[in-house]
Amino acid sequence: MNRNFVLAVDRIKCDGRGICAELLPEVIRLDDWGYPIIAEDPIPDHLLSLAQRAVEDCPVLALAIRRADKAKTNGN
Amino acid sequence: MNRLLAGPSPAAGAESAASHIGRLGRLPDAGPHFIDTLTQSRIVGRGGAGFAAGTKWRAVATHSRDNAVIVVNGAEGEPQSQKDRLLMSTRPHLILDGAFIAARVLRARGVMLYIGERHTAARDGMMRALAERSEPERALVATQTAPARYVAGAESAAIHLINEGVATPTTMPPFPFERGVDGMPTLVHNVETLAQIALLARHGAPSGTSLITVAGAVAKKGVLEVDSETTVGDVIKLAGGTEGWSRAVLIGGYFGAWADTAAAWDLPLDATGLRNRGLSLGCGVIGVLASNRCPVCEVAGIMHYLANESSAQCGPCFFGLRALADACGRISEKGTSREDIARLNRWAEQVRARGACRHPDGTIMFLQSALVTFAPEFADHRPHVTKLAA
Repeated sequence: MNRNFVLAVDRIKCDGRGICAELLPEVIRLDDWGYPIIAEDPIPDHLLSLAQRAVEDCPVLALAIRRADKAKTNGN
Repeated sequence: MNRLLAGPSPAAGAESAASHIGRLGRLPDAGPHFIDTLTQSRIVGRGGAGFAAGTKWRAVATHSRDNAVIVVNGAEGEPQSQKDRLLMSTRPHLILDGAFIAARVLRARGVMLYIGERHTAARDGMMRALAERSEPERALVATQTAPARYVAGAESAAIHLINEGVATPTTMPPFPFERGVDGMPTLVHNVETLAQIALLARHGAPSGTSLITVAGAVAKKGVLEVDSETTVGDVIKLAGGTEGWSRAVLIGGYFGAWADTAAAWDLPLDATGLRNRGLSLGCGVIGVLASNRCPVCEVAGIMHYLANESSAQCGPCFFGLRALADACGRISEKGTSREDIARLNRWAEQVRARGACRHPDGTIMFLQSALVTFAPEFADHRPHVTKLAA
């Protein structure tokens, strides 16, 4: 089964500790203030276990792995 | 006439129930099929995204088990916007009609009036109109005061304030149609959108008009109701023309975009057309830059305001907008430096789309349009010499 996953960060919870970017520099880099910028492409298969590790190691539980096809809806 | 501000002069204040019903008739009954009518009407919300009202209703209807909540959004936190206040203080029954149709169709258990704390005349108009409604209608309604902050009008901020007393946006999902006020499926609509829906229920077609506020260097600032063919130049002329030569206009308020006045003159104020050009009608403010105002200093001032209005929850917005505003401030006070221009471009790209709400996105749209429209001014800005004596 070919499923695409992406990393999603809860921007309100995120404190900018930067552990995720150390674990997964291929997918996550930090902005000038230390907050994660996450690649929009699906996580490559060989990095999925590291991505799971990043989710578990985030001290404020701000990271999650989501299905890439889950459409975002928004509006006012 | 199928217009929002048809009827007695807005100067006469809040329209009475008798006048409203005499002019438009009683509110027709509406069932689930009204959602189809709404979808076909192509009425869209006044948030920058231009989200289709029909889609929003469908989502709430799917989740509602006779427990939906309708939030009537009259926060109007945009500093130069006047349209929501004007509508609440002059056509309150039209807004209530829209809210009560939504309550019926979506099987709501409550309607929340969410009105900006400084909008006294608007609140008075709405409360007086409510007192004229039937007992079952009145029993549905509660009111909540929105603090005078820019983000207070954001959908999730309104729900957060009603639930927990804090007017800051929250992370989505859950979306309001899933879990909103008291955890119930919630529909949040701007007051103008609800008034449009009330006209749609009566006439079977939307008015096709929008309310806009003309602000800045024009002879007559204020609110106009325009159709989708009306151009930027038309509304400036209707507002008595610009005071002197005008370098640029800001279309859509502080989350909008700058454009050269001459280039924008023939641009129709049509929500769909504007969106196709990467612009947004947004809150509908058309701000005309005065000929004696320096664009760089004007942009720096507004960036400072928007950075202060961050709810300080998301790092990229809190730190990023502050850094961007400071860089604009340095250019404004000390003159152009190549380093600051490079920082503005880099940080703008970094901050966009990285908040729980659209505050950083709206601010970045404003800034990036300024960097393009005022490229010559930003490239060669020098500090203004202050005259010590008149």
